[in-house]
Amino acid sequence: MTNIFSFEVLSGVLRTMIALSTPFLFAALGETFSQLSGVVNLGVDGIMLLAGFFAFYAVLLTGNVWLGLLLAMFIGLLMGLIMSLVSVTLKAQQGISGIGLQIFGLGMSSLLFKVLVGTVKTVSGFAPIKIPLLGDIPFFGPILFRNNFLVYAAFLLVPVSWWILEKTTLGLKIKAVGQNPAAADSVGINVNRIRYFSVCLGAILAGVAGAALSISVANLFQDNLTAGQGFIAVALVYFGGWSPIGVLGGALLFSFATSAQLWLQVLGIQVPASLAVMLPYILTIIVLTISVNRGKQPAALNKQFFRGEN
Amino acid sequence: MKSNRIFVAFLLLAVVASTAFAVGDKEAGATGAAKPLRIAVVMPSATTDLAFSQSMWSALLKIQAEMGGPSKLELKYSENMFNVPDAASALRDYASQGFDIVIGHGSQYGSSIREIAPDFPTTVFAWGTDVNTFGLPNVYAYTAAAEQGGYVNGVLAALLTKTGKIGVTGPVEVGDAKTYIIGFVNGVTATDARITISKTWTGSFSDVALMTAAAKTHIASGAGALTGSSQSVVGSIGAAKEAGNVLWFGTQADQAPLASGLVVASQVYDWTGMIKDIIANQKSGKLGGDAYVLTLANGGLKIAYNPSYTIPAAVKAKAEAAIQAIKSGAIKAMP
Amino acid sequence: MRIRLPRTTSTDHEHGKGDWFEFMLRTSFPFLGVFAALFISAFVLLLLKTNPIVAYGAMLQGAFGSINGLSQSLVKATPLLLVGLGVCIAFKASVINVGGEGQIILGSIAGTWMALTFPDLPKVVLIPACMTAGFLAGAFWGFIPGMLKARFKVNEILSTIMMNSIALQLLNFLLQGPMMDPEGIKAGTFLAQSARLPESAWLARLVPRTMLHSGVYVALAFAVAVYIFLWRTTIGYQIRAVGLNPQASHYSGINVPFNQMLSLTLAGGLSGLAGVIEVMGVHRRILEGLTGGYGFTGIVAALLGSLHPLGVVPASVLFGGLLVGANTMQRAVQIPSALINAILGLIVLFVSGSALWIHQIIKKRKTATMVVSPTKETQA
Repeated sequence: MTNIFSFEVLSGVLRTMIALSTPFLFAALGETFSQLSGVVNLGVDGIMLLAGFFAFYAVLLTGNVWLGLLLAMFIGLLMGLIMSLVSVTLKAQQGISGIGLQIFGLGMSSLLFKVLVGTVKTVSGFAPIKIPLLGDIPFFGPILFRNNFLVYAAFLLVPVSWWILEKTTLGLKIKAVGQNPAAADSVGINVNRIRYFSVCLGAILAGVAGAALSISVANLFQDNLTAGQGFIAVALVYFGGWSPIGVLGGALLFSFATSAQLWLQVLGIQVPASLAVMLPYILTIIVLTISVNRGKQPAALNKQFFRGEN
Repeated sequence: MKSNRIFVAFLLLAVVASTAFAVGDKEAGATGAAKPLRIAVVMPSATTDLAFSQSMWSALLKIQAEMGGPSKLELKYSENMFNVPDAASALRDYASQGFDIVIGHGSQYGSSIREIAPDFPTTVFAWGTDVNTFGLPNVYAYTAAAEQGGYVNGVLAALLTKTGKIGVTGPVEVGDAKTYIIGFVNGVTATDARITISKTWTGSFSDVALMTAAAKTHIASGAGALTGSSQSVVGSIGAAKEAGNVLWFGTQADQAPLASGLVVASQVYDWTGMIKDIIANQKSGKLGGDAYVLTLANGGLKIAYNPSYTIPAAVKAKAEAAIQAIKSGAIKAMP
Repeated sequence: MRIRLPRTTSTDHEHGKGDWFEFMLRTSFPFLGVFAALFISAFVLLLLKTNPIVAYGAMLQGAFGSINGLSQSLVKATPLLLVGLGVCIAFKASVINVGGEGQIILGSIAGTWMALTFPDLPKVVLIPACMTAGFLAGAFWGFIPGMLKARFKVNEILSTIMMNSIALQLLNFLLQGPMMDPEGIKAGTFLAQSARLPESAWLARLVPRTMLHSGVYVALAFAVAVYIFLWRTTIGYQIRAVGLNPQASHYSGINVPFNQMLSLTLAGGLSGLAGVIEVMGVHRRILEGLTGGYGFTGIVAALLGSLHPLGVVPASVLFGGLLVGANTMQRAVQIPSALINAILGLIVLFVSGSALWIHQIIKKRKTATMVVSPTKETQA
């Protein structure tokens, strides 16, 4: 049996972790924007599915991964507009409209897959890019610097999101709207416009997350490809206490747990597989419980804003 | 009372709805002069899953083509019927529409078949994978001895892996996912006991992304060949394709189209012989009572070598020898 | 004590007595949402080269046009109603229970265990015992997120989703070994199902040649019980008060976290009951895929029933019929079954999106009434 604590195993666990965390990062960072503006979008999973399908389909037809990515973003935007329309303009219960969006995305993506593609096919997705010099560093090189474009983009998005939220007026406005929409309204911030923007930005990133699954991680599409990953992404936002760095930590931890349980099985450690698969979920609940981030929750999260009535 | 109002409102709406849609209430009945044979199948996943459901659906399409098209054999399907009451309702519905043969293609449909079949004594029911016909005269049961092809795949994998390591990516350790892997492991160890086999179970029949990650983990730990079962293994195949030098051994359906240079062979469930047999029996008036087990010996299981992958002659000879030994009973794939 | 109503959702039923118009509006809007979704889906059907009138005709026929169809709709309505009632209770306390799937699984495991462990108990004892076990196990699975919310403020949507995954793996674990059918092991088929329950644990079938079972009465009884609980008991009153205005409730001495925990526990219990009833009435054993997505679709049923226990009764029948009819439609015109989910998603979006219109129409009307009769009591 291989030594569990060997260098190769550790490097393997970390490589799988990085790959698995990419879709989570896009989706959860996007959801962070949405939630900071006060809108919980539970439909992330559905957006990922529909966008993931279109990304896959575009690559299948043209072989161009960039076109796939662009199409995924566009589909994300469309789904984001639907979510905003229902939840912001029409003031629906966000939890429920999100579930509606998820079911719609699930059904629509399977339907289109069945009609347009028919059977499972693989595509060539984003190819790994080795960063010169950095990629040759022993141990860290293969883990961090021999990934594909989407992986780099996901990790780059963490500081970018942090910068937007903490250092720009836009970020301030988003947070103001999520904390106290009435007050934001009274100083002339257009609450609905900011919420539309945040939800759509989140949905576009969810679209990229779907593309990351279908043309970067799995390189194929199948019914319910996400298997609930979008919901995990929403959980990671709470987990990360609405901060991009916290979300990064959550995404890495969850992916690490998944990766570690797979390695446990591969190394032949005697744990029942079902219990190993449970591990990431149990861990998430435990960390949700002990992490005390509650103070940062946007005060108006999950609450509709009625202008001039509050 | 409120409840009354709700009830009245509901009734009103129901009536309005009925009148609005009553136009379409003409269920298409059996028409035409020479009545075709009618077969309906209910499946737990999609007809295009490149695995269990597809193996049945393509067998039916093949028979339809052989018999001369839809005018001779009418086919209907219900897919993604993972909800058992839905499946039961579909089975009953097909039976009452007068289908000659109704197939419940999933082991979870057993209880439903057991209940429904006695109500339609002139309809043939077939279900699998199991061997239990419940003592009913109009029920056939069928299963596949997945361990047999698993054994052959195991022999091939043991001879072809260049790393001395083989990875198995399974969904949940039940049914033919379990028996296939038992046979596979036996095939490997009988051929070369020094080879390390590691197994992962993802806990889901449909989680493609996790299956991909599992396969990548095997590859990272040095596996030179992979196999696995369920509709989610397409994820494993994708991972093998991305790695480029890892061989794949398929089961349930011919998985060569997914990665033509890497799929060595697939165990294919060929239900055509069994269905033809049931059709012939039905015509002669024998409506059930038998349990079919697809084996290498009766031709229900086939090893489909991938024409785009060249297997060394010596290796292929050993695989063929294993097939013969399993057929003759000299080797037991699952003791 | 008078608690100020939030003006956000279509969920309050504290409307003035005899306000027939408002009541009709609230109950009919969800159905309008269904029709709107079907209307849009008609275009998808046209794109699939299918005649929508034929397809929807088959749907209606399949759901309510025959004894078999109607029974099947009721079979589906039973778990939808129970899960939906739980969602109602939770919603009244401002918590959303997305954990139905896991709670159904736990309930069915406990009920199956009870029946297989005590097969010799007489029917009158065994059936209630199984149901109690199922209820308690589901309640336990709802209590955990409830407790986490009350004690640690862990968001219940997320913890219940995690609990679903854990329950699913627990079921996988049990069906791979401890609970696997000994016959399947003997025959070498290793099917993911338990042994068959003893006949003394079977719920009676009500209509011959259908699956309709007596569990439907249990579900109906619980609908009435939940209504009485929420509107005629102190605890029920407190739960509603928490949902309507947590702050005011807190100031008037109601323990908000406790009531939220209680409501999630009860919701879990009802879902657990749905699970054990599925086992005893439909499958007669526990098997993979048992939940049938009821944990999620139950939320939709509750929503269609305006989140009112008695509204959920017709809503779950209608929705169960919709699901049954959709399958019939799939068989009749052979369209991909995925379309059904797309339609369901649209329904949820339309229904949840109609809340504002209801709110505005009611508000306008109330303002009008106030002008005409300023003495009439209106709520803030």
